[in-house]
Amino acid sequence: MTDVARSTEIAAVDSPASVKPKARTRSAKAMIDRYKWYEVAALYAGLAVFLFFVLAPFIEGFLVSLKPLAQLFSRPYSFIPKTWSFDAYVSMWTSVPALGLHIFNSFFISAVVTLIVVVIVVPAAYAFARFNFAGAGLMLGGFLAVNMFSGAVLLIPLFRLMRTLGLLNSYWAMIVPGAAFLIPSSIWLLRTYMLRIPRELDEAAWVDGASRLYTLRRVILPLAMPGIVVVAIMTFIGAYAQQFIFALTFNSKTEFMPLPIGLFAFFGKQEVIWNELMAASFVGILPVMIVIVFLQRYLVAGLTAGAVKQ
Amino acid sequence: MTSTRSATLFAFALLAPALIYILTIVAYPLFDTIVLSFTNASLRQEYDFVGWANYQRIFGAGNFTEVIIRTFIWTFFSVSMKMLIGMCGAVLLNAAIPGQTLFRILTMPPWIVPMAIGIFMWGWMYNGQFGMISGLLQNFGLTNGPIAFLAYGNTAFWATIVTDVWIGVPMVTIYFLAAMQSIPKDLYEAAWTDGAGRFYRFRRITVPLMVPAIITMSLLSLIATFNSFDIIWILTQGGPSGSTTTMIIDTYKTAMGSRKYGEGAARAVVISIFVTIFCITYFRAVRRLQQGEAK
Repeated sequence: MTDVARSTEIAAVDSPASVKPKARTRSAKAMIDRYKWYEVAALYAGLAVFLFFVLAPFIEGFLVSLKPLAQLFSRPYSFIPKTWSFDAYVSMWTSVPALGLHIFNSFFISAVVTLIVVVIVVPAAYAFARFNFAGAGLMLGGFLAVNMFSGAVLLIPLFRLMRTLGLLNSYWAMIVPGAAFLIPSSIWLLRTYMLRIPRELDEAAWVDGASRLYTLRRVILPLAMPGIVVVAIMTFIGAYAQQFIFALTFNSKTEFMPLPIGLFAFFGKQEVIWNELMAASFVGILPVMIVIVFLQRYLVAGLTAGAVKQ
Repeated sequence: MTSTRSATLFAFALLAPALIYILTIVAYPLFDTIVLSFTNASLRQEYDFVGWANYQRIFGAGNFTEVIIRTFIWTFFSVSMKMLIGMCGAVLLNAAIPGQTLFRILTMPPWIVPMAIGIFMWGWMYNGQFGMISGLLQNFGLTNGPIAFLAYGNTAFWATIVTDVWIGVPMVTIYFLAAMQSIPKDLYEAAWTDGAGRFYRFRRITVPLMVPAIITMSLLSLIATFNSFDIIWILTQGGPSGSTTTMIIDTYKTAMGSRKYGEGAARAVVISIFVTIFCITYFRAVRRLQQGEAK
C-alpha cells in the first residue's frame, strides 16, 4: 500500500462523518445478537444434545477401542473404561493382516476416482458454462438425473458389464462405477463456478487470436482453480465415504478391498473382536478427519454452491 | 463466438468423455435392467424372454407390496426426522455464540467418514448385552433387562431409521445453515427495530425464506433415503424376518443372493419408476422455485 493511500484511509477513518454510521450499525448488529443468559444456556444445552447425537458413535467407538475385551463383555455397562489399554491398537495388525493395505486401497481408489472425475468434468463443465448448443439444458438435466439413481438399482447390469469388460476383482471394478456416480454433481458444481468467470475474458483471448483450447488452458483453468479444488475435495470425500456396495459386489480379492469392506468381512464373523474393529476403524479414518478440519471451509463452499443456487 | 458450427463441435468434443462415460456406466445399464426384467436371466450366459412373467410373479406374491409400503414408511420417517433435526441443528449453529466454528466442524464427521464405519459403531451401540444404548438404559433403570435392538423386527426397523437419520443430518444441517445465512441481514435488523422478538423473526422471516431450501432438500433427501442400502445391509441384512427389507435390499437379495437376475431386474425397474417420479417432482419444484424467485 502506498503512503498516499494509507494516509487517505486514515483520514477517512478519522473523519466523524464516516465513523458514526459504522458505529451505529455495529451496535445494532451487536444488540440483535445479544442473548439473555438463559437463552445462551438453552443454546448450549441444545448444541450439547445435538452434538451428542452426532458424535456419540465416535465417542463410544473410541472408548470401546480402549477397553480390554474382557471388560467389553462384562456387565453392568460402563461408558468410561475402567482400565485403559492400547492393546487393541497393537493386536489389530495381526487380526487383520491386510489392514494397512485396506487403508491404502481406500485412499488409492478415492484418489484415482478423483483424478478421473476432474479430468472428465473440467472440459464438460466449461462446455456447459460457455456454449449454447442445442440440447444443452436437456443434457444438463440428464446428468442431474443420473445422480438420482443409486448404484444399487443398476447393480445387475453393472455386474454383467464389469464381467464382460473383465474388470471384476480388480481396482477398476470399484473405480469405474464409483466415478460415474460422482461425475454429474461435479459438473453442476463446476459449471456454477465457471459461470461466474466473466465472459469478456474468453472474448478478449479470442480477439487476441488465442485458440479455444488455449483459452481454456491458459485463461479459464487458472481462474477456475479454486472451483476445481472444491470439486476435487468433494469428489474425494464422496468416493471415500461411499465405498461399499461396488466393493462388496464386484470384488472378492482381499488385496484390493478398501477399508470398509475389509472390516466388514471381520464384522461378519461369529465372534466380533469389537475393540480391535473400533481401533482399526479409528486408525483408518484418522487421516481424513485431520484433513477435514483444515478443509471444512471448502466443504461448506462445495455443498452450498452445488445445491443452493443452480 | 458461441453460435458458430465450430463452437458447437468444440463443445461436444469437450463433453464427449463425460457423455461416453455416463452412457456406458449408467444409461446402458439402466436400459439393460429394463431388457433383463423381461427375461429369465441368471448366472448362465444365455437367457430367454419370458414377457411379463417376472412382474406377474413379484406382484402375485403378496410380500412385494408389503415391501413397497415398508420402504415408504421407512423413508417417510427418516426424511422427516432428518429435516426436523437438521433444522434444529442449523438454528443452533447459526446462533452467534463462542465456539460456533468448532461446533460446525464437529457436525461433519458422520458425513465424511466412510458410511460403513459409522454403521459398525452403531452396530455395537445397538448390541443388547453390552451395547451403549441398552447399557445406559439399564444403568438409569429405564428398562428391566437388556434390549437387543437389532434382534426384533420393530426395534430393528427404528434402529435402522435412526442410523440413517444420523448419516443424513450433517448434510441437511450444513445446507440449511447456508440457506439461513444467505437471508439478508437487514430484514432481521428492520424487524428488530420494529420490536419483533426472536421467535417472531424466526417464524415470519427465517421460515418463509427457507421454504425453497426445505423443499429442495426434502426431495433430494427423499431420493437418497429411498436408495439407502449400506445401513440396512450392514446392520440387519433386511432381517429379522424381513422387517427391515426395503425395496433396495429386496432387489439385492433377489439378484445377488439368489442370482435371479431377471426377477431382480424387474424389482429394480419398479424402484426406477418411483425414482423417476421423485426426480420429475424435484425438477418441477426447482423450476417453480426459480420462477418464483425471478418474480
